[in-house]
Amino acid sequence: MAKRIDVSGLNAYYGSFRAVEDISMTVEPRSVTAFIGPSGCGKSTFLRTLNRMHEVVPGARVEGKVMLDNEDLYGNGIDPVAVRRTIGMVFQRPNPFPTMSIKENVAAGLKLNGVRNKKLVDEAVERSLKGANLWNEVKDRLDRPGAGLSGGQQQRLCIARAIAVEPQVLLMDEPCSALDPISTLAIEDLIGELKEQFTIVIVTHNMQQAARVSDRTAFFNLSAVGQPGRLIEIDATEKIFSNPSVQATEDYISGRFG
Amino acid sequence: MSTISTSPRRSPLQGSLKERRLPRWTPVATVAGAVALAVVLGVVFDITSHLQWGLMAAIFFVAGQYLLARQVEGPRQAKNGLVSSLVWVAFLLALLPLFGLLYYTISKGASVINGTFLTHSMNLISPNQVGGGLYHALIATLEQVGIATLVATPLGVLTAVYLVEYGNGGPLAKAVSFFVDVMTGVPSIVAGLFILTFWIVILNQPYTGFAGSLALMILMLPVVVRSTEEMLKLVPNELREASLALGVPKWLTILRVVLPTAIGGITTGVMLAIARIIGETAPILMLVFGTDVINTNPFKDPQSSLPLYVYQQYAAGTDASQARAWGAALVLIALVMLLNLVARGIARWKAPKASR
Ligand SMILES: Nc1ncnc2c1ncn2[C@@H]1O[C@H](COP(=O)(O)OP(=O)(O)O)[C@@H](O)[C@H]1O
Ligand SMILES: [Mg+2]
Repeated sequence: MAKRIDVSGLNAYYGSFRAVEDISMTVEPRSVTAFIGPSGCGKSTFLRTLNRMHEVVPGARVEGKVMLDNEDLYGNGIDPVAVRRTIGMVFQRPNPFPTMSIKENVAAGLKLNGVRNKKLVDEAVERSLKGANLWNEVKDRLDRPGAGLSGGQQQRLCIARAIAVEPQVLLMDEPCSALDPISTLAIEDLIGELKEQFTIVIVTHNMQQAARVSDRTAFFNLSAVGQPGRLIEIDATEKIFSNPSVQATEDYISGRFG
Repeated sequence: MSTISTSPRRSPLQGSLKERRLPRWTPVATVAGAVALAVVLGVVFDITSHLQWGLMAAIFFVAGQYLLARQVEGPRQAKNGLVSSLVWVAFLLALLPLFGLLYYTISKGASVINGTFLTHSMNLISPNQVGGGLYHALIATLEQVGIATLVATPLGVLTAVYLVEYGNGGPLAKAVSFFVDVMTGVPSIVAGLFILTFWIVILNQPYTGFAGSLALMILMLPVVVRSTEEMLKLVPNELREASLALGVPKWLTILRVVLPTAIGGITTGVMLAIARIIGETAPILMLVFGTDVINTNPFKDPQSSLPLYVYQQYAAGTDASQARAWGAALVLIALVMLLNLVARGIARWKAPKASR
């Protein structure tokens, strides 16, 4: 199921402002790739170009190529809605739908995309909640509102919601930054399990987290505020954290930055 | 080099954090004192207007509170007390017209309300006769307002959806927004004139309840658009993105995620718009024409309406007809209250379910 992403020469703009410049990289299937870098260097922006969420912002546009296996996501005739079904996303702040119960939240992607078969939906709900390590905590209150869960549970609910539509790739934008250490640990464990099935890209501000969960790490930087962000280097996580090839990466990782 | 001079203060006493406070029942006592003083002055100086008695009492209350607090508690607390009592007085003054209106309407209108009044028309009843009723007006109002609501709600909600979800602040959105603002300020008589010219004179249509509904719809539309727009803006963008990121198309996201999240507020907005139009008289007078008989068909022949009925009965000038006018006014107020309660019920029932 998991697919490889090949990015080449990608620029992303907000109106006339270029937020990221000339990014090329490969994201390996069935692995975790972490994006690190200072705030404002375009990690979120770049992540959102990978499932065509960037263009949801009014005036935003993308140049360049994003190949998912052999298909260019920005090619002619590609439906962004179909792309987003294939490449799911988890956001920084947990955002369950407030009008829906836990079960309806997980089933939302399927139901809104027209899956009517109740048995199929129920199975997907159970499978996804188990996949997100949330089943045991909520199985007795599936009809309660999703907003009534704790922050960490809500984030796992959002992960369950994202994996319920069975995407090939899962993008996560700082999924733990609003969570306590215990919930963070639960999500990190979950990421380790999910990479068996999915290609995972995670943005994180937490260096230890990148080191713990990822196989490969990409370091982004920007030369000055108002300048576009760039990819400095991407390599195996051990290499980035022990012996990076660029001085700026070492400075950032060792905290000698800015 | 300057030193900060600390002037001696009455409180806090000797550096302690305790302060001298007035007892809690002081405001009640001040009110009693102020009222008593006002009554005495009113009687002594032979002031007949009770309004003036009340104003004097209010001023005595505010002044008394201030002076007392200044003597006992100190200047800062006195100022605090002054503002508090002004707020209280303003609050009571604002409530006065509301309760006065309710009191008058109920005391004058309640006596005529009975089964006959609610189920009969004015057919064959002359103004100075007792009896008759407002059934024809009630039915007509419900129909006219109902039609206006059925047309204006979807139009208004869709316009707001366009403005918030698709307009992106472009020229078309700006133009629509501007015209909605202009429409908000259109006086009801102008809306009536417009429909009169357009519908009745140019298109040569008859005077009907429906013609009135058209004018009411014009008045209702901008209110629905504005309130829906505000509610949609309150829906967090994260919810839209969460849905889009699941591969849900934009229109379905709006239909199944955005609108349900905002439905409580939208309902309240629609109800407020209904409350605005249900008492309109001018366009009804011009377009619906009025009748004393029951006409349940808003598309054929003139109808009546509650505000028009109130106006006509009051203008007839006899005791019996004026009592009917108050009765109809009371029914109208009760109807608006009922609608508000229904709106609150729907808003609470549909509101996003928070933690429980
Ligand atoms: N919606 C937006 N509109 C305009 N500019 C934006 C928007 N979102 C982000 N930016 C800008 O793009 C740059 C990169 O931001 P972002 O991708 O959020 O960085 P990061 O996630 O690495 O902190 C920043 O300069 C930011 O101000
Ligand atoms: Mg970010």
